[in-house]
Amino acid sequence: MKAWVTTWTRLSETNNSKLQKSITTGTRRSLYNMAIFGLWVINKAGGLVYQRNFADGLAQLTSNEYLVLAGTLHGIHAITSRLSPMGSSSGAQVIEGETFKITILLTATGTKFVLLTSLTDTSADAILQKVYEIYADAVMKNPFHTPEMPIRSEGFDTRITALIGNGLGA
Amino acid sequence: MAYTQPHPRLSVLSNTSQSSVDPFSPTTSSTRFSLPSVPSVVAAASNKPGAPRPNIYDRNLNKTRVSEVSASAFSFLFSEVVQYTQKRVSGINDLERRLNTLGYRIGTRVLELMVWRAESSSKTPKREIRFLPALMSIHSQVWKAVFGKPADAIEKSVENADEYMIIDNDPPIERYISVPRDMSQLSCSSFTAGIVEAVLDGLGFPARVTAHNTPTAQYPSRTTILIKLEQSVLDREELLK
Repeated sequence: MKAWVTTWTRLSETNNSKLQKSITTGTRRSLYNMAIFGLWVINKAGGLVYQRNFADGLAQLTSNEYLVLAGTLHGIHAITSRLSPMGSSSGAQVIEGETFKITILLTATGTKFVLLTSLTDTSADAILQKVYEIYADAVMKNPFHTPEMPIRSEGFDTRITALIGNGLGA
Repeated sequence: MAYTQPHPRLSVLSNTSQSSVDPFSPTTSSTRFSLPSVPSVVAAASNKPGAPRPNIYDRNLNKTRVSEVSASAFSFLFSEVVQYTQKRVSGINDLERRLNTLGYRIGTRVLELMVWRAESSSKTPKREIRFLPALMSIHSQVWKAVFGKPADAIEKSVENADEYMIIDNDPPIERYISVPRDMSQLSCSSFTAGIVEAVLDGLGFPARVTAHNTPTAQYPSRTTILIKLEQSVLDREELLK
């Protein structure tokens, strides 16, 4: 069950113009096609440890801007998990915009996997589960990875490529 | 109790079994050991009524079907082994040498167990005295006992008569390891090389065994275990011909 489904059509009140930019951009094609635009992995402290783009359409951002966005999402997620009127909540799971949606998988250890897809995409949850599995295999079992630090593991990259490819399901 | 002052050479293991006898004794919950959770786990398990925990040492040595271990658990353990070793060495060669040493300790036991399983029931137990059959048995039996599958190839060096190679296209212990670029010559299969070295030593074929990455397009983690035999082995092979 989705604990939180928020539809944001306008973001006039946000101060973060970058968030607004990335939320309102997106190609027209994405409205009709299933596409996976990007994958983020956010550690439990809110730091972006992995970011990769797949299908074209997302705004081109610098790595610093991505870091800021990930931190903001981490904050939003913390707010949503505390706002729940009916007891505790695991926080936002899907955030939808006009042109795309953000699916968030929160693990038991606080790591967040975030998938940016087109609105029509139905595979996001399944893909995030698989990404989590790959993360457990190729990152956590790798002796050369330092926990909570950016992921620089060839095995992770290769397996993610095999899973998502160019993001268009081709 | 008789063991309130344990001998200093008593291992942690024997201490835990002692504390399970009397887990609430203040003398056994001392801070001499840096693993406070171990005695409590054992104590908790032994406090359960009935069903004594099966001891790994009581298992039948010849039953191999149910004695498999979780590959995931092993991967985490091996990852910690590599991290532990890496913190204590100064370079890649040193790291490989240490992994080799750790593998050697496994290899001596693997050989003993394999010989026991294969020959104990035989009326005419035998042992390999020629090198090639010994190498074949490492390629198939040792690999099957340790990794659950035979290795992929055996090769003999064309240039050097004392060099042989065992090739594994996808070594299970390296399946989840991505070596960073600045350490690209490191092969964690040095651990496997240590196992092979111990088995060869135990069979009477002293050799120096090392591991090398030899990736191909199809098998990116293909690994070659290089065996460099001592001259004495070659001399003996010559005599036995």
